[in-house]
Amino acid sequence: MEILVLAEHRRGELREISLEMLSKAKEIADKTSGEITAVLLGQGVKDFADTLANYANKVLLIEDPKLENFNAEAYQKVLSALIKERNPAMVMIGHTAFGMDLAPALAVELDLPLATDCMDLEIDGDSVFAIRQVYSGKVNVKVSFSGAKKCMVTMRASACQIAEDMKLGGAIETVDSPLTEDIDYKIFSGYEEAAAGEVDITQADILVGVGRGIGDPDNIPMIEELAEAIGGVVSCSRPVVDKKWLPKDRQVGTSGKTVKPKLYLAVGISGAFQHLAGMNGSDLIVAINKDPKAPIFAAAQYGIVADLFKVVPALKDKINELKGA
Amino acid sequence: MDIIVCVKRVPDTSEADVKIDGSGKNIDLEDLTFDINEWDNYAIEEAILIKEKVGGTVTAITMGPEESNEVLRRCMAKGADAAIRLTDDAFEGSDGYAIARILHSAIKDLSFDAVFLGAQAGDDGYGVVGPMLAEMLGLPHATLITKVDLEDGKVKVHRELEGGLEEVVDINLPAVLGIQTGINEPRYVSIMGIRKVAKKEIPVKGLADIGLSADDVGEAGSKTKIECMYIPEVGEVAEMIEGSPDEAAAKLAQILKEKGLMG
Ligand SMILES: Cc1cc2nc3c(=O)[nH]c(=O)nc-3n(C[C@H](O)[C@H](O)[C@H](O)COP(=O)(O)OP(=O)(O)OC[C@H]3O[C@@H](n4cnc5c(N)ncnc54)[C@H](O)[C@@H]3O)c2cc1C
Ligand SMILES: Nc1ncnc2c1ncn2[C@@H]1O[C@H](COP(=O)(O)O)[C@@H](O)[C@H]1O
Repeated sequence: MEILVLAEHRRGELREISLEMLSKAKEIADKTSGEITAVLLGQGVKDFADTLANYANKVLLIEDPKLENFNAEAYQKVLSALIKERNPAMVMIGHTAFGMDLAPALAVELDLPLATDCMDLEIDGDSVFAIRQVYSGKVNVKVSFSGAKKCMVTMRASACQIAEDMKLGGAIETVDSPLTEDIDYKIFSGYEEAAAGEVDITQADILVGVGRGIGDPDNIPMIEELAEAIGGVVSCSRPVVDKKWLPKDRQVGTSGKTVKPKLYLAVGISGAFQHLAGMNGSDLIVAINKDPKAPIFAAAQYGIVADLFKVVPALKDKINELKGA
Repeated sequence: MDIIVCVKRVPDTSEADVKIDGSGKNIDLEDLTFDINEWDNYAIEEAILIKEKVGGTVTAITMGPEESNEVLRRCMAKGADAAIRLTDDAFEGSDGYAIARILHSAIKDLSFDAVFLGAQAGDDGYGVVGPMLAEMLGLPHATLITKVDLEDGKVKVHRELEGGLEEVVDINLPAVLGIQTGINEPRYVSIMGIRKVAKKEIPVKGLADIGLSADDVGEAGSKTKIECMYIPEVGEVAEMIEGSPDEAAAKLAQILKEKGLMG
C-alpha cells in the first residue's frame, strides 16, 4: 500500500509536521509492507526534497509559481489529480491552518473518508483506526473508516515524534504541474505579522499563565500581583485574549507564542493541546485548577486541585513572606 | 448581503466530570449544561455586524433536537431575521460528512451571499463541516478567519496561521467562511431579548423535506465510525499538593523557594 504524505512548508521553511507525519507513516509502512511517498508542492522548494527523501521511499516534487504560496484551492486541484492517478491507500495531511483549509474539501471531491486532528493511527490486520480527542481533550475516540479500503487523515502537530534520520534515500521525481490557469476566485495577497507588544513573554524565566477560569477581567490584577511577587510575567490562554482581557502578545499556544520558561504556573487553564503545545517545553509546570480531571495535570509536575481565588492570594502572601524571611 | 449562519448546540464540558455512557460511543449528557458552540457565537455576531453595516438578512440554521431552538432563539434575539431547524431521527449518529450533506441539502436552494460557520465544534472538534459544505455547494471557502472586510463582489479575509502569523486572502462571493474565536466581541442577550423572539416561528425540516433518504444520513451516510470512546489514561500525572488552599499554597511556595524559582 502507498501512504501519501503532504509536506508542509511556509516562508522558506519545511515545517516539523512534515517529518512528524513521515515518521508515523514509517510505523504504518513497517506493519503493512507499505511504501511512503512524500508530496512536495511549491516554488523553489527543491532543497526540502532532499530532506524529505531521507524520510520517504519517493518524493514527488511539483514546482509551479502558482503554488508559491499556499492556496487550498490550487493545492486541491493538484492533489486530486495526483491522488486519482496514484490511488494511495492513505493520504496524510497536517491538522494545521493549512491542512484544515485543504483536507475536508479534498476528501469530499475524492469521496474519501476523513478523520481529522488525529493523535495516533493504529493498524489491525488491514484496517486503519484513528485515535482523536473530543470534548477539548477530556475524551478519546477510536474511529474507523467503515470498511473503506482508502482513507485520509489529518495529524495533530507534535503528536508524533520525529524519528532519527530514517535513511530511506527515496528517489526524487519531478512531476509537471497540472495547473493550467490561475485560481482567480481565491487569491493569497500577503502575510501579516502580529504586532510586537510591550513585553516579550518568550524571554521571561517565570510565567504565570491565566486562563478562562479567571472568570472576569476585574480579577486579572490578582494574577498580576502574584506574578509580581514571584518575579514573573503574566501570560494567558486564548480565550483571555479573545475576550480582550489581555493583549494578543501574552497568548501562549499554537496560534500564540511558544515559551520555555523555568517555571510555568498555569492558573485556571484546562490544558487544551493548542495551549500545551506552546508551553510543554517549560522546565517546571505547576497547575492550579478546580477540576481534578483537567488535562493540564497530565502535563504538570505539581498540581493543586482547588479554587484559584483561594489559592492565588494565599500563594502570593506565602511567597512574600518567604522572600522577606 | 444575505448570510446563512450554521450554529450548533453543544454541551459545556470544561468543568464537568465527563463519563462515558452505556453505549461506549458517547458521553453521558444527562447532567451537562448546553450552549451555542463557542465558535458559532462569533460567527453569528460577525454576520449580524455585517448586516448592521450594509443591510441584508441573517438566517441561523441548525441540525439538532428541539432543545436547539434555544440556540436559534438566542441568535434571533441578537439580530438574526430567521431560523431553520433540521431534525429527524435518521440524522442521529451523523459524522461531519453527513452533517455537511444535511446542511447542504437544506441550503442549496436558498439565496445567499455567504455561509458562515464556526471553525470547529467544541464537542467533536472535526473542523470539517465548513469546507465540506463549500465543496458540495461548489463554492470557494476559507477557514480560521479572524477578520472579514467586504469589497465589491468579494471579501478580504484574514486567516489565522500558527505562531501569531496571519494570511490575507481575497475570495469571491458567494463563499463559505469558517470563523475563528476572537474576531469580534459577541453581544450579550438578555432574558427580555429572548422573550421578545419567543413567539417567532422556527420552521422544522426533516429528511424528506430536504430531499435525502435514510441511507444518506446518520451512521449509514457517514464515512467514519466511532468504534469507542474512553477517558484517556493519563500516564504520569502531576504530584498533587494536598491540604486546604492555604496549606497547599504554603507547600507550593516552599517548593518554589527550594528550587530557586522566586524573584
Ligand atoms: C486553531 C486553533 C488555535 C488555537 N490556539 C490556541 C492558543 O494558541 N492558545 C490557547 O491557549 N488556546 C488556543 N486554542 C483554544 C483551545 O482549544 C482552548 O479552547 C483554550 O486553550 C482553552 O482555554 P482555557 O484553558 O483558558 O479555558 P477552558 O478550557 O474553558 O478552561 C478553564 C479552566 O479553568 C478551570 N476553572 C474555572 N474556574 C476555576 C476556579 N475558580 N479555580 C480554579 N480553576 C477554575 C476549569 O476547571 C477549566 O479547566 C486554539 C483553538 C483552535 C481551534
Ligand atoms: N449540527 C449542526 N448544525 C448546524 N451547524 C453545524 C452542526 N455541526 C457543525 N456545524 C457547523 O460546522 C462548524 C464546524 O463543525 P465541525 O466540523 O463539527 O467541527 C460548526 O462551528 C458549525 O458552524
